[in-house]
Amino acid sequence: MHQLTLANISKALAAKQFSARELTSHLLSRIEQLDPQLNSFITVSKESALQQATAADELRSSGINAPLLGLPIAHKDLFCTEGVRTSCASKTLDNFIAPYTATVVDKLNTAGFISLGKLNMDEFAMGSSGETSFYGPSKNPWDTQRIPGGSSSGSAVAVAARLIPVSTGSDSGGSIRQPAAFTGLTGIKPTYGRISRWGMTAYASSLDQAGFLAHNAEDCAMLLQATAGFDERDSTSSQQPVDDYAATLTQPLKGLRIGLPKEYFSSDLDSRIGDVVNNSIEQLKQLGATFVEISLPSLPHAVPAYYVIASAEASTNLARFDGVRFGHRCADPKNLEDLYLRSRDEAFGKEVKRRIMIGTYALSTGYYDAYYLKAQKIRRLIKNDFVSAFKDVDLILGPTTPNLPWLLGSKTNDPVAAYLEDIYTVPANLAGIPGLSMPAGMIDGLPVGVQLLAPYFQEARLLQVAHQFQQHTDWHARTPAGF
Amino acid sequence: MALKRCDVEKLAYLARLGMDDTQIDNTTASLSDVLGMIDAMQAVNTDTIEPLANPLEANQRLRPDTVTESNHRDDYQTLAPAVENGLYLVPKVID
Amino acid sequence: MQWETVIGLEIHAQLATNTKIFSGSSTTFGAEPNTQASLIDLAMPGTLPVLNQEAVRMACMFGLAVDAHIAEHNIFARKNYFYPDLPKGYQTSQMDDPIVGVGHMDIALEDGSIKRVGITRAHLEEDAGKSLHEDFSGMTGIDLNRAGTPLLEIVSEPELSNAKEAVAYAKAIHTLVRYLNICDGNMAEGSFRCDCNVSIRPKGQSTLGTRTEIKNVNSFRFIERAINHEIQRQIELIEDGGKVTQETRLYDPSKDETRSMRSKEEANDYRYFPCPDLLPIHIPREMLEELRTHLPELPTHKRERFEKEFGLSTYDASVLSASREMANYFEEVEKICQDAKLATNWVMGELSSLLNKENLDITQPPVSAKQLGGMLLRIKDNTISGKIAKMVFEAMAAGEGDADQVIEQRGLKQVTDSGAIEAMLDDVLAANAEQVEQYRASDENKRGKMFGFFVGQAMRASKGKANPQQVNDLLKKKLEQ
Repeated sequence: MHQLTLANISKALAAKQFSARELTSHLLSRIEQLDPQLNSFITVSKESALQQATAADELRSSGINAPLLGLPIAHKDLFCTEGVRTSCASKTLDNFIAPYTATVVDKLNTAGFISLGKLNMDEFAMGSSGETSFYGPSKNPWDTQRIPGGSSSGSAVAVAARLIPVSTGSDSGGSIRQPAAFTGLTGIKPTYGRISRWGMTAYASSLDQAGFLAHNAEDCAMLLQATAGFDERDSTSSQQPVDDYAATLTQPLKGLRIGLPKEYFSSDLDSRIGDVVNNSIEQLKQLGATFVEISLPSLPHAVPAYYVIASAEASTNLARFDGVRFGHRCADPKNLEDLYLRSRDEAFGKEVKRRIMIGTYALSTGYYDAYYLKAQKIRRLIKNDFVSAFKDVDLILGPTTPNLPWLLGSKTNDPVAAYLEDIYTVPANLAGIPGLSMPAGMIDGLPVGVQLLAPYFQEARLLQVAHQFQQHTDWHARTPAGF
Repeated sequence: MALKRCDVEKLAYLARLGMDDTQIDNTTASLSDVLGMIDAMQAVNTDTIEPLANPLEANQRLRPDTVTESNHRDDYQTLAPAVENGLYLVPKVID
Repeated sequence: MQWETVIGLEIHAQLATNTKIFSGSSTTFGAEPNTQASLIDLAMPGTLPVLNQEAVRMACMFGLAVDAHIAEHNIFARKNYFYPDLPKGYQTSQMDDPIVGVGHMDIALEDGSIKRVGITRAHLEEDAGKSLHEDFSGMTGIDLNRAGTPLLEIVSEPELSNAKEAVAYAKAIHTLVRYLNICDGNMAEGSFRCDCNVSIRPKGQSTLGTRTEIKNVNSFRFIERAINHEIQRQIELIEDGGKVTQETRLYDPSKDETRSMRSKEEANDYRYFPCPDLLPIHIPREMLEELRTHLPELPTHKRERFEKEFGLSTYDASVLSASREMANYFEEVEKICQDAKLATNWVMGELSSLLNKENLDITQPPVSAKQLGGMLLRIKDNTISGKIAKMVFEAMAAGEGDADQVIEQRGLKQVTDSGAIEAMLDDVLAANAEQVEQYRASDENKRGKMFGFFVGQAMRASKGKANPQQVNDLLKKKLEQ
């Protein structure tokens, strides 16, 4: 059962091959058995999951056969889930029981999904390895000595290890696409504003987007369909009509023009990953796509611009964590200053503090123009590059990451090296365009992902290409040994 | 761009992070590294470029002036570290 | 050394919307603590702001009323600092691109002249919560009901030269926002708060001296006192060889002095930047034109009209146009009695005294405009004298009915029959024969006072009902004989 994709589970439940309760129970026992070595879950909601599963079965036997009824999922722990701890993998919120539910979770619940719990992540979404979590890092099931990527680390691990078929994640600089690439999954970051941010703890408000990790494009399409759309509670939510993502999945790729940015293929890219990308290009050519070299000249400046903007926004978004109305408060504060200084020092990890300080610096008097304003201008250049490229091509393809997943602990003392690994993913967040990573090869037993980028609101095209690719390859279907 | 220790102390205070000396020292070093990476931005000429604040470049939606919220104080205050008579308590603030 | 003062006012007007600026919480004053604090107001993780259209409309009305430039787009910015009444750790305000730009406000000074005061800008922002310092044994209690209430911060140019001008300006803005129905102006409840920026410089110097800011002065009287105290303090400081420090001060009314605030925000770098959760607000020109058609007659225009149409002094016209309700009352009275001077005297005199005494305002008058107008007609048509009218007025205030009813019931009709008056006067003179002789024997100077005696006797005899003018004329004639 745990090997099934979401789409197949849906069919199986409809055909009564097994019940939601059986499936949920099975997954819960796998989690109990296997997660201790992986640390992908922060909170497992055993009781409520079984209750929801039973309720789903009852609904089904009374004749209601909604396609998403009884499907299991788990959520990145920055999505507020009413009545359930929402920790953002931080000591700050270790004791925080969310008083409301995020829109994306609510839509999935309403559609019939069963939540099995909350997934591990980098603290407040700040990190690319899973190692900044207050609850300890998650381990890559393909090699438990290695990082699974971040910040949606637990979201990737739990799906890759087949503890759950799909998960929600968030992507502000690559936090869905990179862990997807590192764990052999298909991960999608929709267009900025496609999915509501209401209830998603803010890290970098103008970059954050909710998204999904699954085994294939078809599953991503189901999830996107259930959650995309305007939400009046989010001022940055788009009113763009929602496509029928399933309808175009099976359309052939003939005539599709795909751009290859020449800046991607530099000496910073592990040449073996370059080979995987080339193989995928061949595969797509066979399916009818044509390839054109394009240029994204502002690419070298994307990482610094990203870190300035993200840190600046994060530094103010995290100012609400002051120990006054909720969250961690230090013991016996002597005065107000002490309350703030000690509560926040105790509550935040190293990386979070580092980014808060960078952000504070970038916004401070005398530095605002050189840092924050400059970064916003570079952001405009990056958007212009994409708009220009998309006049010529329908999609852009390239590697998701320049390197393979590194060993746990190997980059914790070198934040700059870690930041530079985000080179291929951050531009999409800066411009707000949608992106997807799909498995395209293996190197030394580790998965390698290839990234597709599309113009605004063309998630359907991303899913179509990935789906067609997955009809003719089996990278997405592999499972790490022991899981 | 190398930061001085006193700069880092000021930043830490602005952000209300009560870091001890060891943390300040470590942070000074790593922040200087990160800022070095960030300074690469200065190489690009952006004199004629308009900043991009929001990717979608849309306008703010306005909401009607109707009350939609009701009182949930008791629920919300179960999350509070210190509450009395419905008020959130903090160490006395002197103006 | 001759000093001159430079004053600028920053006024925070709480907009009279039903809900907060970024959340659908009620803004009703006086609710139990934290019962009007939603998830958004409490800054729970994952919450987001959505802008109240009424706050935008109200700000635009203000901008139109002060002839200000209103840009196509305006932007919200985050103003970052830590304080327990500020849940997000930043205040959503406006920095580089405020909704209302440069405008002006004309104010009437005591000498009747008009001064044009520049308005630099007005912007929207959210109010903070409240801190309660008593009753919590070493702790402070925070109430976030007020957090998120929309404020319009109105900034004047530093063009006010003394405390009286500052008060006149503050009152003019106060009147305007109430005219526009965008703010209830209730200073006691904190709906209208003034920060006063004060500096001094040697007379004739063009550069500004260092200024101090006196925060949150919540009455016009205190504004005047606080500014005057601060001017004095600065002069003394400099003349003693000291220097004025740029700082925030609080006015203490019980001691009538300003004192330095413990540096709450002194060392703060607010790190303003555009709020990424909110998009630019677009103000279409058509919307402004539509709003303009809904502007009421503004206080300045009404004052000018009263001066022109009714021949009132600037001072009187200012008082009568201080609120729409007062202006409407006055105009209704005038319409009925057709005598602006009479109406002015009674509205500004007897009526205002009565309202003051009973602690009422013009929206709950014990004597309606119709009643007062009706009574004034009776003065004009000689049914009653001015003196009797005071009695009628009091009777109406006590609920005895309209002027005609009171006059009838109490038999207050003025006696205008000359025959009757003459007869009464003959009686008076006969009863006071000695004084009559003395009068006839005295010279011009002494006669003046004695005449008053006879008038008094006549009024007493007629129980005040004899027409005073006729009494005067007839008495004179009779005494001359």
